[in-house]
Amino acid sequence: MTQVFDEETGNVEAVTVIEAGPCPVVTVRTDAADGYHAVQLAFEPVLDRKLTKGELGHLRKAGVGGHRHLVEFRGSSELQVGETVTVEAFAPGDRVKVSGTSIGKGFQGTIKRHNFSRGPMSHGSHNIRKPGSIGASATPSRVFKGTRMAGRMGAQRVTQTGLVVHEVDAERNLLLVRGSVPGPKSGIVEIRGAA
Amino acid sequence: MSTIVESLERRQLRDVPAFKAGDTVRVHFKVIEGNRQRIQVFEGICIKRQGSGVRETFTVRKNSFGVGVERTFPLHSPKIEKLEVVMIGDVNRAKLYYLRGRVGKRSRVRELRQS
Repeated sequence: MTQVFDEETGNVEAVTVIEAGPCPVVTVRTDAADGYHAVQLAFEPVLDRKLTKGELGHLRKAGVGGHRHLVEFRGSSELQVGETVTVEAFAPGDRVKVSGTSIGKGFQGTIKRHNFSRGPMSHGSHNIRKPGSIGASATPSRVFKGTRMAGRMGAQRVTQTGLVVHEVDAERNLLLVRGSVPGPKSGIVEIRGAA
Repeated sequence: MSTIVESLERRQLRDVPAFKAGDTVRVHFKVIEGNRQRIQVFEGICIKRQGSGVRETFTVRKNSFGVGVERTFPLHSPKIEKLEVVMIGDVNRAKLYYLRGRVGKRSRVRELRQS
């Protein structure tokens, strides 16, 4: 993330810089052939020797060079195999939603993971960061599924909706989006238009 | 930081005079009131500079009718019409938070003696 000064008002706008594309279309899924509509896009060119023969063959069939990532976007469109999706698909002011894998936090307690409150720090308290009661006794004599407890946090798929495109740099394939997006720096994200 | 973000930031950098914490600065800041636009001058001692690149900010402290007032400006903001360094101060800190607890004569900063 960085910040950009608005040219008219001079106000500061917090933006995330996303390198978006170019993404060649590898496959078009149709209702007739596959039972659903989607386009499969490739991203991040990579040396052929970094890929398996299976991956390479799939890309070759579409006449596309080696790419590291393949993602399917659901929905019918007029895109054909061999075409390329670039940042020009977006314009400043567009609303988009961005999905990605959030930053992994490891094994975390209930305070960080589920926003529990902590107990008293002093007066002999042993209940400083404990989770508290996780259920009743003889009935039901078990802990209900889905009870919020400590565990692995983050590294999940997260979608941030309602983001606004601030600027499109077609020359360098950059998209400046107001606000933050899921995932670490240099993480892979999917950008969808929010209708 | 990635070189892409760096290049985006470099493009927005503006020419600013050299100054540091302890210097007295005069900030001519554009204020937009509805359709009207006017320049507001804020003069005081710079008590800190923080951040780097286009995200750098500085805080100016002044005494207004017996009340301490601090304002933080983005250093490269296009809203800053003009930035003047009035006096170069002689201080031994990068952050002059100790001025907050002082009033009257003790809140002054010595001027640097040029030799």
